[in-house]
Amino acid sequence: MSSQVAAMPRKTRGPWAVAFAKLATDRAAMASLAVFLIIVLACFSAPLYAKWAGTDPFASTLDAVIQVDGADVPVMEQSTEGLGLGYTPIGPTWRLGNYFLGADSQGRDVMARLLFGGLNSLLIAGAATIFTLIFGTLAGLIAGYFGGITDTVLSRLLDVLWAFPIYLLAISLSIVTIAQGIAIGPIEIQSGSLWLPIIIIGIVYIPYVARPIRGQVLALRHSEFVLAAINLGVPGWRILLRDILPNITTTLIVFVPLMMALNMLTESALSFLSIGVQPPAASWGTIIQDGQALLYTRPLVALVPGLAIAVSVMALNVFGDGLRDALDPRSKVRLGRD
Amino acid sequence: MKKLLLAASAASLLAGSWLAPAQAEYLKEHRGGTIRLLARSAAGTLDPHINYTDQGWQMYQPIYDGLVAFRKAEGVEGFSIVPDLAEAPPTVSNDGKTFTFKLRKGIKFSNGQDLGVKDVVASFQRIFKVSGPTSGTFYAGIVGADKCLADTKSCTLEGGVVADEAAGTITLNLTKPDAEILYKLALPHAVILPADTPTEDMGSKPIPSTGPYMISAFDPNKGMTVSRNPNFKQWSEEAQPDGYPDVVQYDFGLSEEAAVTAIQNGEADWMFDALPSDRLGELGSKSMDQLHISPLSAWWYAPLNTRVAPFDNEKARQAVAYAVDRNTLVKLFGGKVLASPVCQVLPPDFPGHEDYCPFTKNPGAKWSAPDVDKAKQLVEESGTKGQKVTIIVEDTAISRSIGVYLQSVLTTIGYVADVKPISSNLQFTYIQNTNNKVQMSVTQWYKDYPAASDFLNILFSCASFREGSDASINISGFCDKDIDAEMQKALDLGVTDQKAADKLWAAIDKQVTDKAPAVGLFTPKRLDFVSKRVGNFKFNPQFNWIITQSWVQ
Repeated sequence: MSSQVAAMPRKTRGPWAVAFAKLATDRAAMASLAVFLIIVLACFSAPLYAKWAGTDPFASTLDAVIQVDGADVPVMEQSTEGLGLGYTPIGPTWRLGNYFLGADSQGRDVMARLLFGGLNSLLIAGAATIFTLIFGTLAGLIAGYFGGITDTVLSRLLDVLWAFPIYLLAISLSIVTIAQGIAIGPIEIQSGSLWLPIIIIGIVYIPYVARPIRGQVLALRHSEFVLAAINLGVPGWRILLRDILPNITTTLIVFVPLMMALNMLTESALSFLSIGVQPPAASWGTIIQDGQALLYTRPLVALVPGLAIAVSVMALNVFGDGLRDALDPRSKVRLGRD
Repeated sequence: MKKLLLAASAASLLAGSWLAPAQAEYLKEHRGGTIRLLARSAAGTLDPHINYTDQGWQMYQPIYDGLVAFRKAEGVEGFSIVPDLAEAPPTVSNDGKTFTFKLRKGIKFSNGQDLGVKDVVASFQRIFKVSGPTSGTFYAGIVGADKCLADTKSCTLEGGVVADEAAGTITLNLTKPDAEILYKLALPHAVILPADTPTEDMGSKPIPSTGPYMISAFDPNKGMTVSRNPNFKQWSEEAQPDGYPDVVQYDFGLSEEAAVTAIQNGEADWMFDALPSDRLGELGSKSMDQLHISPLSAWWYAPLNTRVAPFDNEKARQAVAYAVDRNTLVKLFGGKVLASPVCQVLPPDFPGHEDYCPFTKNPGAKWSAPDVDKAKQLVEESGTKGQKVTIIVEDTAISRSIGVYLQSVLTTIGYVADVKPISSNLQFTYIQNTNNKVQMSVTQWYKDYPAASDFLNILFSCASFREGSDASINISGFCDKDIDAEMQKALDLGVTDQKAADKLWAAIDKQVTDKAPAVGLFTPKRLDFVSKRVGNFKFNPQFNWIITQSWVQ
């Protein structure tokens, strides 16, 4: 009786199902994911919020007057004491749709700009992550699989890129392209385009992805199933796509949230330095920059986007850790240089 | 023979009716102590023949002397020229082309060397030998300057600056009369240094000086100490009065916010940099008696590139001038107390200035309100609607704000505009170079000396435009042969009749304004914040606050 039961085929879960089940039990990771999704949803609702609030977050409205508790209040308040020096933007009204977080030095609604800024920050970080993963994976696959001179050339190129401090390289590339854009043959990117920060951030992080991928591919290249495929005469591109790529997929998935967090930080830094997103467009970095001149009177203008960056990056990192534990518990993938 | 009024006008300038305060009594009472100044960074090289910054020029005033000087006085008197190392106004001859100065006797440099005519000759040669930034402009009219500009190292200015050791005179010969030469000689680029001063940029090494103070220590990353010159004996209260503090300690590195706090706490006495905008309200209400607001001969403007679309079209340029709300810009700069709306090139109360504003509702003398409808109409007429415009601004809070505002104005009148803030270190040269095809930018011009030509001729003459150069100060690339001829006429007229010349400059100002090669934005004022212990604050219109004429005890 017992032997009959043992002989019955058991329905086993696949590795993906196991991984996601494990991830689902990781409360910290799931909470982080929820926080991040809320931020994403809020940011994607930016156009709707601006329409509902009847505000243009990109136009100077220094002479605007709003109603607060039935009273007319100028968005830019002139000092009336003493010499009457300077104008101070209105502070938070804590009323959604009516300068909830107050105004910046151009009289623009900070809440609306925060949402639009988040949208740009997320789009740039997301697109740069995809860019990095595509080109980093490609470089890692080619270098690791073909070896020899191909590996040597690609690895040295990556070493050169790796040798520059990330922010220095990003700042240098941004300064070179900020005023004139990029024009290479038929490819032309205007100076104000979001594609510029996307490409710049994407390029500087390629070695971060390419090097560990190359290492994994090198190991897989000498595994029995790959050697068998080679001996059977399977073409290289097919081995790369069918045998090697699926084996590095989990690593790539783990990279997504971690790279996204890094890219958000880099984008914010570049925009803070005026070499990322260009005014009047917003990103969390540009809003912090705008708020820097108001730290004394309206600190929330700089603090709120700073907080948004911190929460988003933390959520992505915690979720990324959980994802790595779930998908590849033995993985040593860590971003950074040591 | 042409009637020469230059000598007479120079003499009248020099013999002005300015009355000296009871300086001797004040000196007894307030002399001594250390005045502490703050700036975010040093002003660059210490070499007065090379440094071309407001910060440097202000600090040189109690340290170095030229043959003549701007009077150390407040108000319009501060624009007048008085003899300094020369004992009297120059004798002018040869149809205004020769100036003879007699050097004062008994003056010593801070290192103990006697001042002599050889130092004067060597100093004029040095202006060229170190390739001073104004050697090719301000001093190019000296006989022999062309050779010096071509070969700086072997510069002798032969025939241009002639010394007579026995008579103690120096004769300056010009290739043609120059009504502004005395102003140019009163600038720090023409101060007299010891003859043996190396003919290279001295960088961080102080050069001995003749004034009441000398630079005794300098570290560009930390600060500068200016102490009394032990060899100084006051020779002219108008040109170089003795100072009150024993030491001027100028520290670098603090941010503007930290500097304000330091002054509030009495840890420092003054800051060079502009006050942070978010502290203005607080300071204007709580520290009124520590604030000094002074007019500046300066111009914030937006050059429009007359050689690149869409602003190669005059109507397109005028459209922008009509659409800009100067009141909004004044608001961005801190309010009406700190700036005034402006349409024209020459600043108020400047030689040649006559109120004029064609680009406003109800055109006339003063700007009143933007005329956006007229602007839209002009854009339509120009056929430039929908074109892309990029505005290049400095990466500072105020310039960025102005750029963002101008971007919204351009969008309103029909352009597709964006704004690019670039590093302050790069922006000024970047917008000058035609290779960068900058369509519109935001910048400022502060006078070198009080003459209309310093704005109109320098910013809008054909000669000031240099294709592909980082030093093409005619940023608009504006070149109108008729206006250029008028400017030359005004320069020539100034030699014989300055009043008539200023009338002509006023007419030129209107002609240039009408063509709108740049949009005048506002005239700024200087806001100085001093500690409670600073007394006798005096603001000179040429070099700003006269630091050592204030006391701290």
